[in-house]
Amino acid sequence: MSVLTPVVATGAVGRVNPVAKLLAAVVLAVALLLSIDWVSAGTALLLEALLLPFAGLSARQLLARTAPLWVAAPTSVVAIALYGRDGGAAVVEWGLVTVTEGSLALAGAIGLRIVAVGVPGIVLFATTDPTDLADGLGQVLRLPARFVLGGLAGLRLVGLFMDDWRQLALARRARGVADSGGPVGALRRFGQQAFSLLVLSVRRGSKLATAMEAKGFGTDTPRTWARPSTFGLRDGVLVALGVVIAGAAVTAAVLAGTWEFVLA
Amino acid sequence: MSSVSHGAGGAGEPTRGGVRGARVTARGWGWRHAGRRRPAVSQLDLDVAPGERVLLLGASGAGKSTLLAGLAGVLGGDDEGDEAGDLLVDGREPADQRGRVGLVLQDPDSQVVLARVGDDVAFGCENLGVPRDEIWRRVGHALDAVGLDLPLAAATSELSGGQKQRLALAGALAMRPGLLLLDEPTAALDPEGVVEVRDAVARVVAATEATLVVVEHRVSVWLPVVDRVVVLDAGGGVLADGRPDDVLRAERDRLVDAGVWVPGAAPPAPARSRTTGDRLMTAMGLGVGRRGARGRAVAAGIDLTVTEGRALAVTGTNGSGKSTLALTVAGLLAPVAGALEATPSFADGAGASPIRWKPRQLLTRVGTVFQDPEHQFLTATVRRELAVGPEALGGSPTEVASRVDHLLDRLRLDHLAGANPFTLSGGEKRRLSVATVLASRPSLLVLDEPTFGQDARTWRELVALLAELLDEGRAVVAVTHDAEFVDALADGVLDLSAHARRVDATGTPR
Repeated sequence: MSVLTPVVATGAVGRVNPVAKLLAAVVLAVALLLSIDWVSAGTALLLEALLLPFAGLSARQLLARTAPLWVAAPTSVVAIALYGRDGGAAVVEWGLVTVTEGSLALAGAIGLRIVAVGVPGIVLFATTDPTDLADGLGQVLRLPARFVLGGLAGLRLVGLFMDDWRQLALARRARGVADSGGPVGALRRFGQQAFSLLVLSVRRGSKLATAMEAKGFGTDTPRTWARPSTFGLRDGVLVALGVVIAGAAVTAAVLAGTWEFVLA
Repeated sequence: MSSVSHGAGGAGEPTRGGVRGARVTARGWGWRHAGRRRPAVSQLDLDVAPGERVLLLGASGAGKSTLLAGLAGVLGGDDEGDEAGDLLVDGREPADQRGRVGLVLQDPDSQVVLARVGDDVAFGCENLGVPRDEIWRRVGHALDAVGLDLPLAAATSELSGGQKQRLALAGALAMRPGLLLLDEPTAALDPEGVVEVRDAVARVVAATEATLVVVEHRVSVWLPVVDRVVVLDAGGGVLADGRPDDVLRAERDRLVDAGVWVPGAAPPAPARSRTTGDRLMTAMGLGVGRRGARGRAVAAGIDLTVTEGRALAVTGTNGSGKSTLALTVAGLLAPVAGALEATPSFADGAGASPIRWKPRQLLTRVGTVFQDPEHQFLTATVRRELAVGPEALGGSPTEVASRVDHLLDRLRLDHLAGANPFTLSGGEKRRLSVATVLASRPSLLVLDEPTFGQDARTWRELVALLAELLDEGRAVVAVTHDAEFVDALADGVLDLSAHARRVDATGTPR
């Protein structure tokens, strides 16, 4: 559950409206996904690194939360360097594997991109409480409460599903069906266990829906919000920072002549 | 109790607590769930005056929960079932007046909506459009009223079952309902939780004028709170209705048959031959953890022996590691520390360590009945569910069929052979989960809270069946909170409270 538990951020970022974090992360991601080149991603990453000390996370928390990136980025770099579209002079040739200048550049660009998009996304959401995000989506962005709060309530069930999954695995051993058929059997049993979990989760979900309905959820009565969610100067500043970094990244790439619009 | 001042009522009615009790009227009311042949409730005529406190009884399947869902307006529309007659709260359709009716359900885990205590209580008020300042005033009052002395930001996931049920009650109270409906609110709780919730309800009803309807098998728990008992007839309509003492006296036999826990009608302990056989398993200095050998221990230093023909009851407070011990003894979790060894005659060539046994070797040696029967169902019909074990053991189709037929008959499941296990009632699910384990004839039965939430009839049948199995020479290890169950069956009691390792920083047992 630790992944779903927000870090209680002490710094300025902790008080920023989650909607502003979402907007800033989306602006950055969209700008960086429009081109695959190393200048735009590198520029964004450099500017982000300057802002990291203000993110409200300790170095340890930062490393722990971004750990998936440090696996995903190098893996992609190696895979693309080996198997990516070749171009330019060959650097290494070894049987079917050819590493060229072109595939190396592509690998670097994609590796940087994964980190440049991933770090702000993870850092901003590590300090976001899901309840606060739902409050923001409902009050600031005016998304339908039924959708926002339904999703939030569903998120809480995820922890129960993890317990259910463990119980289901034990129960299968107890029922004597956990060791036949080799790898194919194991795959089939995984599918069956997943189906059992689905059945259980639908049942839990419908009970929760009844409890929510009994508390007046989903009627036409206009809803009030117990926790105010406002969008102020601080929030605007964060979104503006996102826009500035995105703009700087694109400008740098265009000036350097490396901009390569993916849809072109 | 003086803290339960709900402030002035909306329209300034001069009533205690500011809430006007609701009137319930049923006229020829009935409901048939979509896809079912028989109606869940039919031909019901009932009047409940504002402020009355009603205990609603009836056999399993008499439609008690359906009636409460109808009163709460959560039965759904035409595609969910067919309605007959009228069911009205204050003369209007319940679904049109949300907030007038508050509902607390049985399952503590499925009612928590939000992650923080204060937010969860506020949820109903938000939906009703209550102004923000007023919401937080009501949240404070409601938490006081149910005796939950927790910070508003406390995590709901850390609460015990009893605390979660009081939280659900607070959430309903904050909506200021005129009608409070409780659907087996304590059936899934340990004895402390039951008293916690009952006392909270008693305080709450003493401080408001709200009408109360509570469904519960354990009559003695609720008698101090109610002033009227209504018994629903499984065949439709009302079987008995009146003052609690009168109804319990006049309808005693029928209530006992229906599985109601009538006070003073405690079932006698079954006769046992109590012959003791060989030792099956020994634990010394055993430490157990929920993640098996890799995790940390929730209880340690446990010594026990499991012997043929004897029942060992494992008791202890919530979070003391009872279920974890049961799963470890059952060969499903690896011990964290110490030794758990099967005797050579029990292991029968499979090795001394139960966690190393193959699932099929486990089947004939240990049968485990999980706390939640739904976790152990694997197939789409009751008949196929019972065939899983015998088939895994390689029995011929005729052998499997005869074993299945015998169990269907023995546990009164024959009329349900084609039904989906998930659609059974609570008592039927429990009987099926026990039957699936018996199908492979294990020497040791491990049961986790076998009597949780069961009505008196299922309870009697379970106890009788286990006594019979013990006399056949099987061993039983049962985790239980149920003192009557311990009295009726246990040959030895292991109280785990002393072995529990409480390392939770907040002091929350779990």
